[in-house]
Amino acid sequence: MRILVAGETKEVKEGLTVAELLINEQVETPEYVTVTVNDDFIDPANFEKTELKENDSIEFLYFMGGGRYVVY
Amino acid sequence: MSFTNEQLERYSRHIILKEIGAKGQKKLLNARVLVIGAGGLGAPAAMYLAAAGVGTIGIADADEVDLSNLQRQIIHATKDLGKPKVQSAKETMNELNPDVTVNTYHTFVTSENIREIIRDYDFIIDGTDNFPAKFLINDACVMEKKPFSHAGIIRFKGQLMTYVPGEGPCYRCVFRDPPPKDAVPTCKQAGVVGAMGGVIGSLQAMEAIKFIVGKGQLLTGYLLTYDALTMEFRKIKLPHNTENCPVCGTHPTITQLIDYEQAECDGAL
Repeated sequence: MRILVAGETKEVKEGLTVAELLINEQVETPEYVTVTVNDDFIDPANFEKTELKENDSIEFLYFMGGGRYVVY
Repeated sequence: MSFTNEQLERYSRHIILKEIGAKGQKKLLNARVLVIGAGGLGAPAAMYLAAAGVGTIGIADADEVDLSNLQRQIIHATKDLGKPKVQSAKETMNELNPDVTVNTYHTFVTSENIREIIRDYDFIIDGTDNFPAKFLINDACVMEKKPFSHAGIIRFKGQLMTYVPGEGPCYRCVFRDPPPKDAVPTCKQAGVVGAMGGVIGSLQAMEAIKFIVGKGQLLTGYLLTYDALTMEFRKIKLPHNTENCPVCGTHPTITQLIDYEQAECDGAL
C-alpha cells in the first residue's frame, strides 16, 4: 500500500504499524519524536498497535533546541 | 500620534505597503515585543523588530558575549566581548533606530520571574536554545494568554510555530515533555550554521510584525520546518485537537510553572 511519509509517497507492506515505520525510516530516538497520522497526534503508547492504512499521511516532528543540544 | 518627517522617510517602505500603511506603522510604534534570548535567533529577530520601529522591545538574556557567539549572533560585535548580551543588544538596537525603547532583563527566565516579565508585552519571541526554557516560555504564555513564536535551530535545520491563545495548539500540544536531563543522546555536539539563525529568527520577527499589524496568516496550527541542505521548507499541519493538552487543554493538569533541569551539555545558542 502507499502512504505519505513527510510528504513523500512510500510503498509499504499492508498493516505496517507506526512503530515499524519509525524503524524503517531509521528515526533516531523515536521516544522523543512526535508522530501525527492524518493530522492527529498518535500517543507513543499506541505506536506498536497503530496500523497504517492506504493513503495515510504521516509526519515526524522533531525536538529542536539549540546549537549544542540535540535530541535526534 | 503623527509621524515626524524623519519617521515618514525611515518607514516609507512600510507605509507604501497596503497591508501596513500609516496605520500599521503606528501599530508597530505602539507595540511591545519581548525577545527571550539574545543569541542566534534573538539577534536577527531583535534587529529587524528595531529597524521596523517596534516601539518597545524587551530583551532577556543572562549571558555575556563570547567569541564563539559571533559566528551567528549578529547583534553583537567583537568590541562587545565580555559585555552582557542584553547591553550589547540594546546598544545595537538604539544605533539602528532611536525610536525604539529597549528594556533589558539581564537574567535567566525562571518560574519566579517569567510571568511578570511577559505580562508587559503583546508578543513574545522564544529565541532560547534549551528545552527547559522553551517549555517554561510556552506554559507561561498559555497562562498569561500571550501569543508567542517558538523556534529551534540545529545544524542545517530549523523549525518554528506560532501560538495564539485559543487559535491553535501550543508547543506542549506537540512536544509533551522536555527530554529528561540524562537522556541519551541529548549531549551530542551538534553545531549550527550561523545563517540559520538569520533565516529562522527573521521569520520570527515576520510573525511578530504580522501579528501586530493584523495581516496575513500566522503559523498557528502549523510547524514550519526548513532544511538548508535540501533547501526545503515544509509547512506541516498540526492537529486541531488540543483539549487533552496538559497546559492549554480543557482540563489542564499543569497549573504551576515548572523549572526543568538543564542537561549538563546545554550551551548558549
